[in-house]
Amino acid sequence: MMENPYVPFLMRVEEILAETDDDNIKTFELSFVGKADEERFVYTPGQFAEISVFGKGEAPFGMASTPTSPGRLAFSVSKIGVVTGELHRMEKGDVVGVRGPLGNGYPLESFKGTNLVLVGGGFGFSTLRSLTNFILHDSNRKDYGELSVIYGARRPGLLLYKKDLEIWRERGDLRLHLTVDKSENGWQGHVGFVPDVARSVAPNPRNAYAVVCGPPAMIQFTLPVLKDLGFGHENIFLSLEMRMKCGIGKCGRCNVGSKYICSDGPVFSQQELSHLTTEAHG
Amino acid sequence: MSSPSKILKKDRLASFLERLLQERQVFAPVRKGEVILIREIDSPSQAVLEYRNAKESPKSVLFPQRETLFRYRAEKGKAEVDIPSGREQGRVVFGIRPCDARGLLLLDKVFGGDCRDPYYADKRANTVVVSLGCANPNPACFCLSMGGGPCSAEGSDLLLLDVGDRYVAEAGSEKGTALLEDEAFEKVDEETVALAEKVKRESKASMKPVALKEKLEEQLERLFNDPVWKDLTESCLGCGICTYLCPTCHCFDLCDEAAGTTGERIRVWDSCQFPLFTQQASGFNPRPTVKERFRQRIMHKFSYLPETQAMPGCVGCGRCVTECPVNLDIREVVTSLSEGNAR
Repeated sequence: MMENPYVPFLMRVEEILAETDDDNIKTFELSFVGKADEERFVYTPGQFAEISVFGKGEAPFGMASTPTSPGRLAFSVSKIGVVTGELHRMEKGDVVGVRGPLGNGYPLESFKGTNLVLVGGGFGFSTLRSLTNFILHDSNRKDYGELSVIYGARRPGLLLYKKDLEIWRERGDLRLHLTVDKSENGWQGHVGFVPDVARSVAPNPRNAYAVVCGPPAMIQFTLPVLKDLGFGHENIFLSLEMRMKCGIGKCGRCNVGSKYICSDGPVFSQQELSHLTTEAHG
Repeated sequence: MSSPSKILKKDRLASFLERLLQERQVFAPVRKGEVILIREIDSPSQAVLEYRNAKESPKSVLFPQRETLFRYRAEKGKAEVDIPSGREQGRVVFGIRPCDARGLLLLDKVFGGDCRDPYYADKRANTVVVSLGCANPNPACFCLSMGGGPCSAEGSDLLLLDVGDRYVAEAGSEKGTALLEDEAFEKVDEETVALAEKVKRESKASMKPVALKEKLEEQLERLFNDPVWKDLTESCLGCGICTYLCPTCHCFDLCDEAAGTTGERIRVWDSCQFPLFTQQASGFNPRPTVKERFRQRIMHKFSYLPETQAMPGCVGCGRCVTECPVNLDIREVVTSLSEGNAR
């Protein structure tokens, strides 16, 4: 962590990729302007950063990139508010501020030697992409068991990271289950909701962890399915979202019960969450 | 009484403050129109020490309502960030009430911890807190029920107790002991000590305790989804005055103030009582009504903070009781929740 946790360092926009056919989600690849910042930015999948557009403010985004591809960070940004709107107007070469890495990230040490089921929906898939690519990296793959990825979007045009999905589909060491709520444009794949796909795929809970990240409704209906399949509360991890400002557990807004999503999370086991009083997950 | 004590005669107070003013910024209760506020003074005569409590808490001395975190210059393809120098002048917060001094301890925990907040911490490190014990607590005060007391020295570097023509000054820290070196302080005598003990006893005895359940934090967790909250919050307007006046409320917002290509990232007070506090860009709000927002305030103060910081987010100063436009009394709320059912 930097000495003054409120002051961003600078990053330059290197690539901008339109992810969805409605142009609402773009992935920004950023490079570090300062070498020291690059060295300081040591992160794990599941962590996030606050991106500053100077003059507009900050917003938090999970890293969609993985530490196995050093030198750059990727963030997928849905155009929805003031900061994200401004980000979407940015061009190659523009400079933004970044604070981070923030939050706890996925518990990679616990995951080692186990089978993993990653369940993602919509825009919440960005840190699961990071986790997937991390595990698939040559230097890490042997440390983890079977990997299943269940990923759904409302329709095919809204699936993110299509290049990655192609690569993953070709690999023999990953089971990819894509689904859409509604078919279009000759979609050949599965049509159905993520929780139903999880039920039919029926991953074996033995020596396995499930990681769930997506919209509240998807989480709400996926958790009972995992429970039915035999996943215990301690073997299910969720990445939560809430409005955030400081990202370091001071500003007081992103708590679920006594925990701050920004500094105690964003990743929690269902076991931890079951002890928390909370308005809404997701 | 083990802490070092001395006497400060009231006719020597001005000279003491004068010497403090030569080296540091001094913040003290001052009269502004009808009310007393804690403000920086430049002359001892501005300090008003015959008062019950200031309208606002002194938190703004260390956690200003608006504070610049950094300045930036951003143009197409480049940006610069300029951090204000961290050198903070020494400060004395003089004559605040023991509840407010204790409130600073909670802010210390929040802005300290694993991730130190340099803006708060740099000011705090150079701050000496001199509090003034309460001989006549307000009817709305309930510090005693929150673990403090009208003459509690907790959080004070120096505690002054008014015993007529003089104060007894008790040091609660090394910073406080250092202040006692000033020539204005005299050796304490037994008679004065006895007077001070009497003030302590009597002010304590004058306070009505609030009926709180043991382990209130656990009770509150059990009641999280209870219909009682709806009842309790029916009259709340969501104005947020309770949070602004509270000595321990510390929620803030970060925003940019831009003027062309330059601007500032500022920190401003915010309130959990406002709907936008948790409203997400998508429009979804996990705390959509006054009920959830009010519950968050109570839970944060009496359940979450006791769990995470080993201290409630309430020191019993009574400001929220006095200033609430609909007389929503936090003492009645926690009593009612302690009883565990709707009225």
